[in-house]
Amino acid sequence: MAAQLFPPWATLAARLVLVTGVLLPFGLVGLLMAVQYTPYVTGQTITPEQPVPFSHEHHVGGLGIECRYCHTSVETSRFAGLPPTHTCMTCHSQLWTNAAVLEPVRRSLAGGRPIRWRRVNELPDYVYFDHSIHVAKGVGCTSCHGPVDSMPLMRQAAPLTMGWCLDCHRNPAPHLRPEGEIFAGHWSPPPNQDRRGAALIDHYGIRTEHLADCSVCHR
Amino acid sequence: MSAAAQDAGLPLGASYDGMIGIVADPMLQHRPGRHYRIALGLAFLATLSFIGLVTWLFVAGIGIYGNNATVVWGFPIANYVWWIGIGNAGTLISALLLLTRQPWRASINRFAEAMTLFAASIAGLFPILHLGRPYRAYWLAPYPNTMELWPQWRSALVWDFAAIAVYILFSLLFWYLGLIPDLATMRDRARSRRARLVYGVLAFGWRGSARHWQRHDAVYRAMAALAVPLVVSVHSVVGLDFAASLMPGWQESIFPPYFVVGALFSGFAMVVTLAVILRWGLGLQAVITERHFDAMGKILLAGAIVMGMSYATEWFLAWYGGERAEREVLHFEFTGPYAPLYWTMLACNVAVPQLLWFRRLRTGLLATFLIAVAINIGMWLERVLIIWNTLSHGYLPSMRRLFQPTFWDWATLATSFGVFVFLFLCFVRLVPAVAMHDVNKRLHDEQAGRA
Repeated sequence: MAAQLFPPWATLAARLVLVTGVLLPFGLVGLLMAVQYTPYVTGQTITPEQPVPFSHEHHVGGLGIECRYCHTSVETSRFAGLPPTHTCMTCHSQLWTNAAVLEPVRRSLAGGRPIRWRRVNELPDYVYFDHSIHVAKGVGCTSCHGPVDSMPLMRQAAPLTMGWCLDCHRNPAPHLRPEGEIFAGHWSPPPNQDRRGAALIDHYGIRTEHLADCSVCHR
Repeated sequence: MSAAAQDAGLPLGASYDGMIGIVADPMLQHRPGRHYRIALGLAFLATLSFIGLVTWLFVAGIGIYGNNATVVWGFPIANYVWWIGIGNAGTLISALLLLTRQPWRASINRFAEAMTLFAASIAGLFPILHLGRPYRAYWLAPYPNTMELWPQWRSALVWDFAAIAVYILFSLLFWYLGLIPDLATMRDRARSRRARLVYGVLAFGWRGSARHWQRHDAVYRAMAALAVPLVVSVHSVVGLDFAASLMPGWQESIFPPYFVVGALFSGFAMVVTLAVILRWGLGLQAVITERHFDAMGKILLAGAIVMGMSYATEWFLAWYGGERAEREVLHFEFTGPYAPLYWTMLACNVAVPQLLWFRRLRTGLLATFLIAVAINIGMWLERVLIIWNTLSHGYLPSMRRLFQPTFWDWATLATSFGVFVFLFLCFVRLVPAVAMHDVNKRLHDEQAGRA
C-alpha cells in the first residue's frame, strides 16, 4: 500500500482550520460591531484638555451660578454660546487676580483675543441640532450634558450617537421637565414622571409622531 | 434502463478511465499552450484595468458615468441584471435538470456552475458601483448599530442584497459539493507531491466509500431541490426591483416570471458559447457532443418563443390597460431615439433563434455559437433598454432625458468581461471542467442499458 499522503495530525488540523474559519470572521465582524459602542468611537466620558482648567463643579455646584449666566444664547439660538472673556472678568477682575491658572484669561482680555476652548460635545455637520427648541420644550441641560454641577473638568457625558438621540425622540416623556426645572444643575425624574411626562407633552405641544422623521435632524 | 438514461450523449466505446483521462490529463500532465497563456495574460490585464477603473470611480465619483438625475440606473444596473441573468443557467442546469433526470447535464453542469459563480460575483459588484457613496454599501446589511437604523425594507436595493448574497453563497456551496469526488480523483492522479497535497486538502478526505457516495448523493439532491426555488426567487426579486416601482413600462405583474425566463435564456446562451470554446480548447469532443448542443439549442428556441410571448404581452397590456403613460412608453420604444436598439434586440432575441428549428443548425457548432452570441447581445440590449426607455420617458416631461454612456461606462463593461474570462481560465486549469464522477455514472447507466 502506498504511503499515506497526510500524517495523523492532519485530521485535527483540518478540523481546527474549519472551526477557526467560522469563528474568526464572525469574531472579527462582532468586534467591529462592538467597537462602535465604545468611547473610542463615541467619545463618551472623554475629558479634553482645556487652556484653563475651568471647574463647573465649583462655579455651578459650589457658587450656584446658573447655566444661562455664561451660555447666554441657549434659549434663542442653535448654539448655546461660549462666554466672552468679559463674562469671566465680572468676578475675576476682583477675585484671584494674580492666580497663575487664570493667566490665559488675563492675557485674553489684554490682547483682545478669545480663549480657545476645546469643544467637548461635538456633533457631525450633517446634524442640525438646535439648543433653543430643546430648552423651550422641556429638555433640561443635564439630560444631555450630565450632572455638570459635579464635574471638576467638563467631560462628554452622553455617547451622542444617533441611536441615543432617537431613544429620546421616539419616547420623550421620561426626560421632560416643567419650565422651572430646565436649568437645574442636578435633576432626577420624580416617581410620577410617567404621568407628568405625558402631561408635559401636551403642555409643550410636542408632536411626537414626527419627532423621529429623518428631516427633523437631517435637512 | 430507461430511455432517458441512455441519452447522456456519450460515445459508445468510452471507458471510465478514458473519460477521466480526457478531462484530468490536460490539467495534470500538459503544460498550458501558447493560446492559453496569451489569453490568460490579456484577461489578467483586463482584470487589472477593471480594478483600476473601479478605483478611479471610487475616487472621482459616479459622475464619470453617464448616469443622470433621470436615468439614475444607467449602465451599472443594466450590467448587473445581465450578469446575474448569465449566472442563472448554471444552477438551473445543475439543479433542475438533475431533478428532472436529464442525464446529458453531466457533461456541462460543472463549468456552467463555475460560470454562475463568476457571473453572479461580477453582477454583485455593479449595484455597489452605481451608489453615490459606495463605502456605505454595508448599510444594506441589517446589523446592530449606534444609529439604531435598519435597512429600508421597502427598497428594492435591500432585496437585491439579500437575493444576491444568498445566491452566491449557495452557488459556491453547491458547486464545491459536486466537486469533492473529482478533487479526490485529481489527488489520486496528480504526480507532484504539492498537487497531491493541495487537491488532498480540498477533497476533505474523500475516499469514495459507499457511505460517502450515499451521503453525497443525498445532500446533493437536497440542495438541488433547494436551488430551484432559490434561482427562481433571485430573478423574481430582480424583476421586482422594476415592477415594485411606479414607473410606466415597469409596473407590470409579468416582470418576475419574464425575468426568470430571460435569465434562463441568456444563461443558456452563455453556456453554449462557453461550451463551444471549452470543447475546442480542452479537447472535450468526446464529452460534450452534438447531442448536448442539440438539447441546449431546443431550450434556447423555447426561451426565444417565451421571450417573444412576453414582449407581445407587454405591448398588448400597455395598449389594453389604456394608461396614457404606458402607451407613450410603448410608442417611445418603437419610435424614440433608442428604437434602432429595440429592433436589434427583437431581432437577436426572437427572430434569429428561430433558426434553431433546423436540426442541422442546432448541431452545427458555428451556427449555434453565432446564434448564442446574438442572444447574449440581444439580452444585454434588453436589460439596457428596460432601464433607458422607462427612465427616459417617465411621467414628468420636463425630467425626460436620454442616457449617453461615457467612455468609463463602456470600459467598465468591457473589462468586467476580462474579469470573467480570467476567472474562467484559472478555473479550467485548476479544477476539472467536467464532472468526471457524474459522467462516468451516466456512462455506466448507458452501458448497462445496452448490455
